[in-house]
Amino acid sequence: MKKNVKRFFSGGLGQLTIPIIAILLLVIFNLIRDPSFFSIGIAHNSDGNMVLAGNLISIINGASELAILAMGMTLVTAACGGQDISVGAAAAIAGSVFVKVLKSSGGNIHGGLVVAAFVAACIVAVLFASFNGTLVAVFKIQPMIATLILYTCGRSIAYWINGGATPTVSSPIINAIGSFIPGIPIPTPVLIVVLMAILFRLLFHFTSLELFTQSVGINGSAARLNGINSTFIKLLSFVILGVCVAVAGSIGVSRLGLINHETLLLDVEMDTILAVAIGGNSLGGGKFKIGGSIIGAYVIQMLTITLYAMKVSSTDVKAYKAIVIILLVVIGSPVVKAKFSKFASKVFNKEKKAVVKGAE
Amino acid sequence: MGKNIFKRKEPLTDTQLLMSITICIFLVMYLFAMIFLQGGFLHAQQIFDMLNDNASLLIVSCGLTIVMIGGGIDISVGAVTSLVVMSCVLYLNRGGNLFVSILLALGIGLAFGLVQGFLISFLDIQPFIVTLAGMFFARGMTTILSVNPQKADHAVFNALKDTKIEIPWLGYVAKNGNLVPARIELGVIVAFVCVAVIFVILKFMPLGRHFYAMGGNQTSALMLGINVKRTRFMSYILSGLLSGISGYVFLMHTGAGNATNAAGMEMNAIASSIIGGTPLTGGVGNVIGTLFGTLTLTTIKKIVVSSGFNDPWWQSITTGGMLCFFILLQSIVLSRRGKKKA
Repeated sequence: MKKNVKRFFSGGLGQLTIPIIAILLLVIFNLIRDPSFFSIGIAHNSDGNMVLAGNLISIINGASELAILAMGMTLVTAACGGQDISVGAAAAIAGSVFVKVLKSSGGNIHGGLVVAAFVAACIVAVLFASFNGTLVAVFKIQPMIATLILYTCGRSIAYWINGGATPTVSSPIINAIGSFIPGIPIPTPVLIVVLMAILFRLLFHFTSLELFTQSVGINGSAARLNGINSTFIKLLSFVILGVCVAVAGSIGVSRLGLINHETLLLDVEMDTILAVAIGGNSLGGGKFKIGGSIIGAYVIQMLTITLYAMKVSSTDVKAYKAIVIILLVVIGSPVVKAKFSKFASKVFNKEKKAVVKGAE
Repeated sequence: MGKNIFKRKEPLTDTQLLMSITICIFLVMYLFAMIFLQGGFLHAQQIFDMLNDNASLLIVSCGLTIVMIGGGIDISVGAVTSLVVMSCVLYLNRGGNLFVSILLALGIGLAFGLVQGFLISFLDIQPFIVTLAGMFFARGMTTILSVNPQKADHAVFNALKDTKIEIPWLGYVAKNGNLVPARIELGVIVAFVCVAVIFVILKFMPLGRHFYAMGGNQTSALMLGINVKRTRFMSYILSGLLSGISGYVFLMHTGAGNATNAAGMEMNAIASSIIGGTPLTGGVGNVIGTLFGTLTLTTIKKIVVSSGFNDPWWQSITTGGMLCFFILLQSIVLSRRGKKKA
C-alpha cells in the first residue's frame, strides 16, 4: 500500500496521473455536495422510448463530440508537436455539407442519403484537413499558425455553403443519430464514441501507426533516417483528425437538427486541446495515450455539468473552469511534481529509517 | 563613404527581409486601392480611420510580438482587453476618478501578466494552456461583472474620449464646400508611443536582445548567461501591461463596455504579428513590421468591403487567404535562405 502511494506520488501511474486525480476529485466533490448527482433513472422521452436519464448520462453524452475530436487531436499533437485550432470551424463546414446533401433530396430523407451525406462531409473535412496537413508537413509551418488560416475563415465558409441561412433538417433517422435509437436506452453519440475508440484500437493493433507517430513526434529527422516517411505520417494524422471532425460535426448537427455556423461546436478547439493536455500528453509531441485524452474530455464535461448543477450561469462557467484548469496544470507541472515527489520520498525514507532503527 | 551606401557589408537579416516584404506589399495594395477603388482611399482620413479603429489591436499586437519573439504565445490578450473595458466602465459609472480608472486598467493588465508569466516561466507550464485559462477567466469575469452592455456616463471621461487632434492641411473638401479636417483620436497617439517604446526596448536595450536570444535558442541563451526564466517572465508582464493599455484605448474609442468586446482580437493580433514578419517559432521579428501587419490586415478588409463583396463571409475568407499567402511566402523565403547558408 505504502509502496503504491509512493509510486503514485513519484508519477508511477505515468501520464494518466493527472486525469485520474482530476476525475476522482470531481467525484468526491460531487459526493460531498449532493450524492443524488450520480443517480441514474429511466425516463420516457418524447417518442415514448425507455431511455436512461441523469447527470452522469448527460456528462457522457455531452462529451461525445469532444472525446471524438480529442482522439484525433492527440494523434496530430503527437506527430507534429502542435495543435490544430481549426477543428471547430472545420466541423461547422462538415456539418454544413452534411445538411446541404440532406436538403438536396427535398425532404425525403432515407438511410442511403444519410450515408451519402456523411461520406460527403468526410470528403470535405479530409480535404480541408489535408490543406492544413500539407502546410504543416510539406511547408514545415507550425501547426498553430497553419490552422489559424482555417480558424479565421472556416465559419465564414460554412456560412457561404449555407447561403447565409441556418437550414434545419428533421427526420427520424437524424433524430436517432442525435439522441436515441428506438429500443436502445443508451444515447447514440455514446455508442459512436465507443465505435471510434474501437476503430482507433484496431488501427493501432494492426498497423505500426502508434510507434511511427511517436518516433516522428520525438525526433522527426531521426525517424526519417530510420526509414519512416515523417511527412506522410504527419499528413496522415491530419487526415485522421479530418475524419474525426466530420463525425463530430455530423453528431453536432443531428443533435440539434439544424446547422448554425456560428454556434456549432463553439470554442471546441480550446476544449479539445485542453482535453489532450489534461490527458497527460505533452503538447510538444512524442509519446501519447489516446485513453488519457478521452478521460480528459470527460473531465471537462463533468466539470461543466457540475458547475451547471451548482446554478452557475452558462456564460460564467468559463471563469470557474479557468481556475480548475490552472489548479490541475499546476499540480501536474514538472517543477511542482519534482518538489512533491522529493517531499514524499523524504517523508517515506524517514519512516523507513525509523523502522530500521526500531528493528536494531 | 558614398560607395558604402550602395554596397552593404552585411546582407539583410531575416527580420529586415520579412519586414520589408510586408511594407512593400502594404504599399502596393494601398496604391492599388487608390488607383482602382478611389473613393475614400484618396483621402488621408482613410488611413487615420483605420488607425482610429484599430489602435487597441495595434497595442495588443505589439505585446504579442514581444511574446512571440521570445518563442511563446499569449492568447489571453483579447479577453483581458474586454475585461479592462468592462471594469473601467463600471468603475467610471459609479463616479470614479479618471486617473484611478487608468491605474485600474494598468493594474488588471499587470496582474494577468504577473500570474501568467509566473506560471509559465517559473512552473514550466505550457504557455498555450496558461493563457487559454487566462482567456477563459477574463471572459468569464467580464460576464460576471455585467452581461448587459454598459455605456460610459462620466463627464471628464467623455471629454477625454471626444478629444481629437485635427490636422486641417490633411483634410479634404466635402461636397458642400466645407473643409473637413483629418481627425486622429488620442488612442492612436498612445498606440504609437507604445510602438516607439517597444521598438527602443527591442533594438537598444539588453532586455530586448535577451528576448531574441531566448526565442532563437533557449539553451544557447542560458549558456550565454541570460536569465531565461526572468526574461520570459518579463515578456509576459509586458504583454499583460499592453493588454491593459489596449483595454483603455478600446474604451476611449467605443465609450461602452460589452461582454463581446474584442472578440477574436487575440487571433487578429497573432495574424498581424505574423503578417508583420514575426513567425511563431521565435527569435525573429520586429515591432515596426507589426505596425504594417495591422495596417495590411485592415486595408484588405476595407478593400473587400469597398469592392462590393458585401456578403458577410467575404471579409474573413479574404483575411484567411491573405494569411495563407503571407505564411507560405515567409516559409518559402526562410527555407530558401536556410539552404543558401548551408
